[in-house]
Amino acid sequence: MRRVRLFVTLLACAGLIVALAAAVLDVAGAAVSSELPEQLRASLERSGVEHPVTAVLLNFRSYDTLLEIGVLVIAGMAGISLASTNSLEDPALRSADSLLYALQRWFVPVMLLLAAYLLWAGAYRPGGAFQAGAVLAATGVLMRLGGLPMAFIRPGILLRLGLVIGFAVFLLVAVVGALMGEAFLAYPATMAGLLILTIEVALTLSIGMILLALFVAAPVTDEHEPEEGAGS
Amino acid sequence: MSSALLYALAGVALCGIGLAGFLLLNHLLRRLLAFNLIGSGVFLVLVGLAQHRGGPDPVPQALVLTGIVVAIAATALAVVLIRRYFHLTGRTSFKAESEGDGGGAGS
Repeated sequence: MRRVRLFVTLLACAGLIVALAAAVLDVAGAAVSSELPEQLRASLERSGVEHPVTAVLLNFRSYDTLLEIGVLVIAGMAGISLASTNSLEDPALRSADSLLYALQRWFVPVMLLLAAYLLWAGAYRPGGAFQAGAVLAATGVLMRLGGLPMAFIRPGILLRLGLVIGFAVFLLVAVVGALMGEAFLAYPATMAGLLILTIEVALTLSIGMILLALFVAAPVTDEHEPEEGAGS
Repeated sequence: MSSALLYALAGVALCGIGLAGFLLLNHLLRRLLAFNLIGSGVFLVLVGLAQHRGGPDPVPQALVLTGIVVAIAATALAVVLIRRYFHLTGRTSFKAESEGDGGGAGS
């Protein structure tokens, strides 16, 4: 019975692969071509940045990015509320590895510099808020694993501010733009570059904070292991 | 066949492998990994198929970048939920591990 089920499942998945591959080849062989890249190239000067991906992310399709950071904030809050300890910064949860501690004195400044560079580079080459935020979160994870105290993830104003600042700044820019007579999320053409940079800085801080909070909210410690099957 | 099309087809294969893992595996972490594999396959199809003709297309790339960040957050939240579930029940899957464990699916 079990073997039959395995066989049927594998057969179904193989069928899915064949059907999807046929669909992909069909789409690839179709003669129609999208005019989207040409449209994008034509209006790139109005976007305020030089790199097309950043222009799409933060200007032409900024709705996606706004909703994305909203999803991230919700995920971060849900993760924190599920943490089994009162404070994310509990000394009992810190690990202390002397090698990591020594290494991070070299790594943390370099990684912070890299995050700042990625953020700045997003305007004209691959990079931007998400990559910089990921590097920032990785720096926090390294600091956490190396046992460095991080006061800013204690429950308090800094944690709350860090979680919502990206979403708040983005929403503020969108609403102010709408009140000034433009459409929701449409930036005035002269200030587009500056506004995008402001939003990106706030997004970087928020993304780093949220990813770090989600990492810290799932502590791996031996002392909290429950006995098998208890309390279900 | 261009190399971009090869990426799209590799994404199709990842979708199938991920679906098989999602259906056949019981451990919650493995299921999460399989689900992420499906997501990665979808990203590859999106990017590969779009740049099959006329080089890289920034619009799908931006969409995929957004998707990656959301996928990371969702995965992290799922790991937190799985750990919480393990803390509360001591189980790593929704099935009871042995007879007499008490209770069926814990979802």
